[in-house]
Amino acid sequence: MFDLGGKTALVTGASGGIGGAIARALHRQGATVTLSGTRADALEQLRGSLGERAHVVAARMDDPADIDRLAKEAEAAMGKLDILVNNAGITRDNLSMRMKDEEWEKVLQVNLTGTFRLIRAAIRGMMRRRHGRVINITSIVGVTGNPGQANYAAAKAGLIGMSKSLAQEFASRAITVNCVAPGFIATPMTDVLTDDQKKAILGRVPAERLGTPEEIAAGVVYLASDEASYVTGQTLHINGGMAMI
Amino acid sequence: MSDIAERVKKIVVEHLGVEAAQVKEDAKFIDDLGADSLDTVELVMAFEEEFSIEIPDDAAEKIQTVGDAINFINANAKS
Repeated sequence: MFDLGGKTALVTGASGGIGGAIARALHRQGATVTLSGTRADALEQLRGSLGERAHVVAARMDDPADIDRLAKEAEAAMGKLDILVNNAGITRDNLSMRMKDEEWEKVLQVNLTGTFRLIRAAIRGMMRRRHGRVINITSIVGVTGNPGQANYAAAKAGLIGMSKSLAQEFASRAITVNCVAPGFIATPMTDVLTDDQKKAILGRVPAERLGTPEEIAAGVVYLASDEASYVTGQTLHINGGMAMI
Repeated sequence: MSDIAERVKKIVVEHLGVEAAQVKEDAKFIDDLGADSLDTVELVMAFEEEFSIEIPDDAAEKIQTVGDAINFINANAKS
């Protein structure tokens, strides 16, 4: 089950906690992976630890030309692209009354617009080959909202609506488009929370602990597999029971 | 010229899985050959690759029959 031998995958945001775990999990199942992100040294380090079947293409998700180049170079490096995991994301948290236009725009640009552009650039090959997997990493806050994250929640909710539309457009070509929505996961992004904040969050998680990046990666492996070929337009929530939707 | 027409018809036959005899120049992709809207996008992509041309969206919208495609490519192909 869930064998990805012979498959190829591009993972954006692979220098981050969840992205790195996703890349490692896809690779462990046999996939050839291309790691993308902005921090080339961290990506090279991950490639070194993976060994064979791993490539690095650094790119910025706020630069349209860079996104087109990423799609082309990833396909060129691997010969084709079967699985696209859009995990790249940033936060610029602020209460809405204080949120600046650039904080709003930057988060939408990277998390939502950049993802759309990369899918558009990468999906041609999938259409031609009548096979593809697009997996967008959204967030629990895209469904529940979160004070201080109006921009992030809007972008993540946007990913869900976009994914459902694309799922309908491409289903007849055996391309599935799904989301994975992590709850609170132990990563550098959540390390910045204070102990009080973490305690408050854990009080809302029936599992009484933060999730691990590997628990998110396992959901991505499933959606990327041939076994998930009839699953499309869905959002898989992995959140320890924090929200049941 | 006829070479282009033959190549266009071959792409249409392969892509839409229709009989060559159905692919007449006045045949409409959607009404006569069973294409859906995504098929028409894919056909335009296939023409672009086969003839090394770019077909802008406003031109692509006007390509509704096999003949429309042949005429556009005749007028715009480099070779």
